[in-house]
Amino acid sequence: MAGTGTFADRVFRSVLIVLSSTVILIVVSMVAMMVWTSLPTIRMFGLEFLYSGEWQPASNVFGALPFIYGTIVSSLIAILIAVPISLGIAIFLVEQAPKSISSPAAFLVELLAAIPSVVYGLWGIFVLAPFIRNYLGPFFQDYFGWLPLFQGRLTGFGMLTGGIIMAIMVTPIITAVVRDVLEVVPNTQRDAALALGATKWETTLIVLQNASSGIAGAVVLGLGRALGETMAVTMVIGNSPQITASLFEPAYTIASVLAANFGEASDRLYLSALVEMGLVLFLVTFVVNALAKVLVLGVAKGTNAASKA
Amino acid sequence: MGDKISIKNLNFYYGKNQALYDISMKIPEREVMAFVGPSGCGKSTFLRVFNRMNDTIPYARVEGEVKIDGKNIYKTKTDVVALRRKVGMVFQKSNPFPKSIFENVAYGIRINKMHSGKKDLADRVEKALRDAALWDEVSDRLNTSAFGLSGGQQQRLCIARALAVQPEVILMDEPASALDPIATQKIEELVVELKKKYTIVIVTHNMQQAARISDKTAFFMLGKLIEVNPTEKMFTNPDDELTEDYITGRFG
Amino acid sequence: MMDRNTHSRRKLVSGAMTLITAACAIAAIIVLVLILTYIAAKGLTTINYEFLTDTPKPVGEGGGIGNAIMGSALMTLLATAIGLPIGIGAGVYLAEFGENIFGNTVRFLADTLIGVPSIIVGIFIYTLIVLPMGRQSGLAGALSLAIIMIPIVARTTEEMIRLVPQSMREGALALGAPQWRVTWNIVMPAAASGIATGAMLSIARISGETAPLLFTALNSRFYNYFFDQPMASLTVQIYNYATGPFEIEHQMAWAATLILVGLILVINVLVRFLTKKKY
Repeated sequence: MAGTGTFADRVFRSVLIVLSSTVILIVVSMVAMMVWTSLPTIRMFGLEFLYSGEWQPASNVFGALPFIYGTIVSSLIAILIAVPISLGIAIFLVEQAPKSISSPAAFLVELLAAIPSVVYGLWGIFVLAPFIRNYLGPFFQDYFGWLPLFQGRLTGFGMLTGGIIMAIMVTPIITAVVRDVLEVVPNTQRDAALALGATKWETTLIVLQNASSGIAGAVVLGLGRALGETMAVTMVIGNSPQITASLFEPAYTIASVLAANFGEASDRLYLSALVEMGLVLFLVTFVVNALAKVLVLGVAKGTNAASKA
Repeated sequence: MGDKISIKNLNFYYGKNQALYDISMKIPEREVMAFVGPSGCGKSTFLRVFNRMNDTIPYARVEGEVKIDGKNIYKTKTDVVALRRKVGMVFQKSNPFPKSIFENVAYGIRINKMHSGKKDLADRVEKALRDAALWDEVSDRLNTSAFGLSGGQQQRLCIARALAVQPEVILMDEPASALDPIATQKIEELVVELKKKYTIVIVTHNMQQAARISDKTAFFMLGKLIEVNPTEKMFTNPDDELTEDYITGRFG
Repeated sequence: MMDRNTHSRRKLVSGAMTLITAACAIAAIIVLVLILTYIAAKGLTTINYEFLTDTPKPVGEGGGIGNAIMGSALMTLLATAIGLPIGIGAGVYLAEFGENIFGNTVRFLADTLIGVPSIIVGIFIYTLIVLPMGRQSGLAGALSLAIIMIPIVARTTEEMIRLVPQSMREGALALGAPQWRVTWNIVMPAAASGIATGAMLSIARISGETAPLLFTALNSRFYNYFFDQPMASLTVQIYNYATGPFEIEHQMAWAATLILVGLILVINVLVRFLTKKKY
């Protein structure tokens, strides 16, 4: 029989502490390994690494700007598409639909998040890219071709395709968080609006106002996911390190350059450049996710104050 | 005075559970009607029948007739939004919106486009705040958050918000139950003042409160209306033995 | 007295917004159905016994994904064997003792780790394991997956344990049970189904991961049961087939996807129905 006293308690707790420490160990060593591996390019290029547009691994010239540009623009496209749709879905599920519809519908939307990234990539290559090449692209070029945004070659693989695929992927994530923050808005707020003769939509607007910081958090969280999205984007964005105004031209993101080239990076400096980009991506997603967390937590506090009052 | 609301053979169900049994009564205009009874007796459910707030609960079902100004509000073509403007409500827990004091009161005026301009809007807000006896306390900080007010002030803000859309009936669901005695007294004085213009139905746990502010009192138990009488008679010489037992504190 | 026009316009706007939000939900569900039916239609034509058991062959000679299925299973198994105890242990600590600086740090870093792109985890393991070992390996792949799994399991375990009512702990403590017995014999069994749910969902999640395997486990054309050798996986195989030049490869990509997505959906649906009964 194991001991029942404080000694056994201490052993039990120590085991748990050791297991928990693994998390700290992983993150700390992750940062340490990445910094150490990328030291050669950090020393060689300094901050120039971040704003130089030249990327020629063969001649040891490394500038990350095209990848940073591609990461930011494709993520913004994704967010621009995903946010209104996610808000619509969440509002429908929490505020508008009867429970008998919202519960299965919510599950189906959640399933979108369960589909692996590589599967979205496959679907993107064989369904979405041809659709953009044959239908969406020609449509925009016919009617809005005078805009630089829609000029360029129509291969189907480019910034827009990457953005749309990511939009599909982050929609269920944003939707889930918005649903959560709408659900913590106390019913007394809905009652108050309804009792004043507000319509269903006007009541919804009051609820949204209650949840505004949490919704902002959901958007930021979605942005974080989009910034780090890898496989699907790698498969459809065209993988070409260039900065153009066109949405149809191929581009490159940090995550996709890592996925596509890391395996071949035998040269120490090349490896260092790629890892440094990984480090940049890590730091950016770290900050973005922390911001999202603060915003979402803010809503919980806000409603506590509201219900305490 | 005429009857503002008349209820005939009202039954109310939550799914299979019946919450109100065959209630008939009349609520006169510009008086205060108090609903009293032990917890779970259905008085709050009954209150929410008058502005159809129970519509938001799934599986809730109403049978019978509820007429306001002679019109049955449970007819299918009833405009619930318009009904709720006419029948305002103040809740147990104050529930200001996360907006400024001014915007809280202005909300109902704005959505209904009742104002003819900025000046008119400000006038209406001021009037509502004065009617709710809050103006003097907040006139210098109208643009600050409503959450900065004390509990009693927040509740009077909610009353002002309800008054601003010019209702004819005001429903109050234990409006003072979460407040301290001094704030409670202010709400009670306000209710007595408001009955000059409005028909008021108030649910209360507090027997003394009912005795102090209401003209008529209805006593409920287990979903049934036991007795409705002028308050004075109810508290001195009730018709029903159950009422007497409850008032004298033998149960509840 | 009431402005009729305003009134009917307001109701019109409200009705229109209900329709618009419903349209958003329907659009998302349509996308899901489109993707799933496309996978089913494309994949079903290629799946047969040989495809499920054979190893990849040069283009035109058939071949299958048997070794990829085996590799995915082995790496997921090892990742689960490493990640689950660590994740559950950390989650129990966070829920039962975690209201201190150490607990908050672990919680914060676990959340950070959940948000880290999985390709970064691949880079980390590459520099930590693959470079020193001199080659890619199933072990490196499994460790990557374990790192992805640990924070997810930790946080869901913590949440589930927090749902166990405090009265249950107090009841046991009042009987003179030591803390570790209360946690081990009372709290954890009470939260077991929730923890199992979280574990299953995290297994579904890592079985779909590709990015962290690309340069850690690499790929292999053979059945390989040794963790010190490169190992094939369904997801990397799908990626290679999808980006390959030949039509026959694309067909195999769809068929492999059908297997993968089928498995993941089964886990998700199962979890939903199991939890529905419980709560």
